[in-house]
Amino acid sequence: MARKDGPTDRIVPQTGHTAWLTSFTAGVMVFLAVFALALSLAAGRLAERWQEALSNTATIRIAAPPDQMEFQTQAVLNVLATTPGVAEARALTDDEQQKLLAPWFGADLPVEDLPLPRLIEVTSAGQGFDAEGLRQRLSAEAPGAVLDDHGRWRQPLVVAAGRLRLLGQVSILLIGGAMAAMITLAAHAALSANAQVIRVLRLVGARDAYIARAFVRRFTLRALLGAGLGAIFGMLAVALLPGAETEGGFLTGLGFQGIEWAYPLALPIAAAVVAYVATRLAAFNRLRGLP
Amino acid sequence: MRLNPPQGLGKDATAQAAFRAVFHVRNTRPVIALEQVSYAYGPEPLLTDVNLTLAAGSFYFLTGPSGTGKSTFLKLCYGELKPTTGRVTIFDRNVKDMKRDELAIARRRMGVVHQDCQFLDHLPLATNVALPLTVAGRGNELDDLSALLAWVGLGGLADALPPTLSGGERQRAALARAVITSPDVLLADEPTGNLDWDMSQRLLALLVELNRMGKTILVATHDMNLIRAAKQQVNARVLRIRDKRLQAAGADL
Repeated sequence: MARKDGPTDRIVPQTGHTAWLTSFTAGVMVFLAVFALALSLAAGRLAERWQEALSNTATIRIAAPPDQMEFQTQAVLNVLATTPGVAEARALTDDEQQKLLAPWFGADLPVEDLPLPRLIEVTSAGQGFDAEGLRQRLSAEAPGAVLDDHGRWRQPLVVAAGRLRLLGQVSILLIGGAMAAMITLAAHAALSANAQVIRVLRLVGARDAYIARAFVRRFTLRALLGAGLGAIFGMLAVALLPGAETEGGFLTGLGFQGIEWAYPLALPIAAAVVAYVATRLAAFNRLRGLP
Repeated sequence: MRLNPPQGLGKDATAQAAFRAVFHVRNTRPVIALEQVSYAYGPEPLLTDVNLTLAAGSFYFLTGPSGTGKSTFLKLCYGELKPTTGRVTIFDRNVKDMKRDELAIARRRMGVVHQDCQFLDHLPLATNVALPLTVAGRGNELDDLSALLAWVGLGGLADALPPTLSGGERQRAALARAVITSPDVLLADEPTGNLDWDMSQRLLALLVELNRMGKTILVATHDMNLIRAAKQQVNARVLRIRDKRLQAAGADL
């Protein structure tokens, strides 16, 4: 297939616009597919990170009268110390709570004068703890304590990241389908433009496979060339995106890591396969309708 | 050969038997046979009730006014068209039963010269002439290509592109392409339409030579002089399409 301009190829005249159209389409589609792949991989990493980070932590909020606050805090810590699956538990200091509230109330907030609830940060170990069992024990030992295992907002985020990953994968499939459709149209245009060539070849005894091979080889090689360039430019573009900073949010994490950089190299091969199948189907379909 | 008796014979059984005795070639395998064939491009048939058996080694001319269906008849003979009714057999195979690849293989045993002489315009003349060998995977049998081109008077035009050729040159090139595989049967549609008399005679000599080698020849032509010249050299029979039917031409030819 890689042999360029063999005898079979030359029986079909060079048609500039379909050649350009096929290569351009394949290039653009693979360029976009590189981004879709990067999006899918980044979304996957994000989902795993959120799942892992959030599933390891929980917060207990103690809302009690000031004179009972210390007692209930200690009771909660005692409960946590004997709860299987809890690796660490500690009460946030006033300074830490003030920092948490500073974005909303300013740095000068007199935390000690306000009836703020006490927050206890819980880090789980292994498979984590039994949240429902812990809630029941807390309600008995410290009625003012409320366990927030982050499940309410963790799950939607994980689902959203999963959907984003699925969106990337579906996008790659759609891009492949769109490329197949475009190449099929280009192949049909080339077959129509070469009706005389096909008639002459049939007249002198060429079989359909011989005629189709000329078109299939040409379109596959064009698609491979365009897709290769599209993959190179796509990878360069992804490489030039800003790096993934801790505070950078999701978009700065869009890219490839480690072995993932090899994944886009498979896209030109996939594009060539798509072009091969699309052109072959188009060619045989068209040839069947000719005498 | 078997074909429709001239209308003048009517239903006279003796005359019909005599006709069939004269034109039927015994003990030879038919190359192409048409039985009760009709063909219609629209509601009105162009050809009807056509019967003909082309025996191996026979030589026929097909004549008739323009638009009577000579080209259609030839297309039926090499399977480009399939009959509306009736049966066309090529090398013992019913065209309607042949797969596309089988038809392609059968065409490798047939040389066809079209009236419009189509070529692959982007390829040099030599490549075009060699095309039947190339598509058959017999490209290594191209030793005689220059001799063949020289014979049809195109020796200096091997590298020329078809659009640069004159009508006569295109016809000669089409003839060279048709005979390069030494086909069992040669079908030619007005092959001398653009040729001068000398070249027509050379073409006729080639056809006669091929016929003597056992090839079956069928030539559709208006050129009565060519037919008369041929009949002096070979046992050529003349068919005529009249009133949508195929008939034996009169003795004047």
